[in-house]
Amino acid sequence: MDAARLLEPRTDLIVCPTCDAVYTLDRPEAGQKAVCGRCHVDLIAPRRKAGLQIIAISLAVLVLVIAATIFPFLTIRAGGRQNSVSILDAALAFSDGPLVLLALSTAALIVFIPLLRVLLALYVLIPVVLDRMPAPGSKLAFRMSEALRPWSMAEIFAIGCAVALIKITDLADVTFGPAFWMFSILVVLVVAQDSFMCRWTVWKSLEGLRK
Amino acid sequence: MSGDTVITAREMGLVGCRRCTQVWPADTARCGRCGAALVSRDRLSLQRVWAWWLVGFGCYIPANLYPMLSTRTLFTVQEDTIIGGAIELATHGAPFVALVILFASVVIPLGKFFAIAYLAISVQRRSTASYHQRHLLYEVVEYIGRWSMIDIFVVAILSSLVQLNTLAAINPGAASLFFALSVIFTMLSAQSFDSRMIWDVQSRQKETEGAHG
Repeated sequence: MDAARLLEPRTDLIVCPTCDAVYTLDRPEAGQKAVCGRCHVDLIAPRRKAGLQIIAISLAVLVLVIAATIFPFLTIRAGGRQNSVSILDAALAFSDGPLVLLALSTAALIVFIPLLRVLLALYVLIPVVLDRMPAPGSKLAFRMSEALRPWSMAEIFAIGCAVALIKITDLADVTFGPAFWMFSILVVLVVAQDSFMCRWTVWKSLEGLRK
Repeated sequence: MSGDTVITAREMGLVGCRRCTQVWPADTARCGRCGAALVSRDRLSLQRVWAWWLVGFGCYIPANLYPMLSTRTLFTVQEDTIIGGAIELATHGAPFVALVILFASVVIPLGKFFAIAYLAISVQRRSTASYHQRHLLYEVVEYIGRWSMIDIFVVAILSSLVQLNTLAAINPGAASLFFALSVIFTMLSAQSFDSRMIWDVQSRQKETEGAHG
């Protein structure tokens, strides 16, 4: 097959993915950044010990996601009645008729996609950080993790909580369950994990792998 | 490097991988490093942009007509649309929250529709309007798109939390489904846009200037 003929990459160059500008590849030192001169997108942004930090954060996120989903999240009291909900309860609030679809996607956006991304990151990064051969399917795993990035919405849910709380504080008495605090820490960690990760460095380290 | 001396991969007969930035000869079909499909310029992307844009806009209209929330208290049942709910909040002494909601569910979605349409049209007409400003607009749209989901999450939290039997109950309305779909479709529309096309006119101008000079 003609399309399958092997073409060699130009490893001396780097292309900006958002504006197509070409630069000669010059790997920056840890802590420095290579930025596109035309559209100012970060091209390479390595950090010292980023791999270990991301793994540590990912493990913490893993524990917190599971705990924050199980424990009560918010409790409301009004007129002698009370109601506690977990994050999954909130996600599954849309449960009648066609709204079931919405319930499933909400649960995915705030719990399952963040969880899946953490698992994928651990799968890809642990062998790389330990200087082993990348795990089989690492490229597919990292590709999935990158594709899911915009759909992981834990931090947006957190702001949604703030707005919801303001809306009902007049109506009833609201108290925070343990899961509320876990979720707050979780949001900070998820954001940190994303900003520590240098995508270019990860792809570079997966280079030797065939799939 | 200054913006004027930039050479694009297309001009060099190369194609760059949009996922991992590896550089390949122009006729390579798939990136050997990360496996992404390689296209120098995705002209078909504009059709996808418009398709998602239309479905997204189509969903945004019923999202504003149907009630977002129905609030049942001891004696009354009240159904609020997005704008109705914000007006309600503003008149009941929470103008700031009303503003946040209006901003997140009316100003941002409408702004996004305008911005994506403007970017797509400007590329189709090979506009020479400031590349930097249009690129910034594209980045803002990409970044801010997800945040419209706030409203859906607020509805989810309220309607699961406020279930106090006879005393009060809040339930989601049909608009929540349409609004969520609208946000998702607009995100897909923005993701389909190939931002490299914004800069192509600049490269072509440079060529003609070079030929004359």
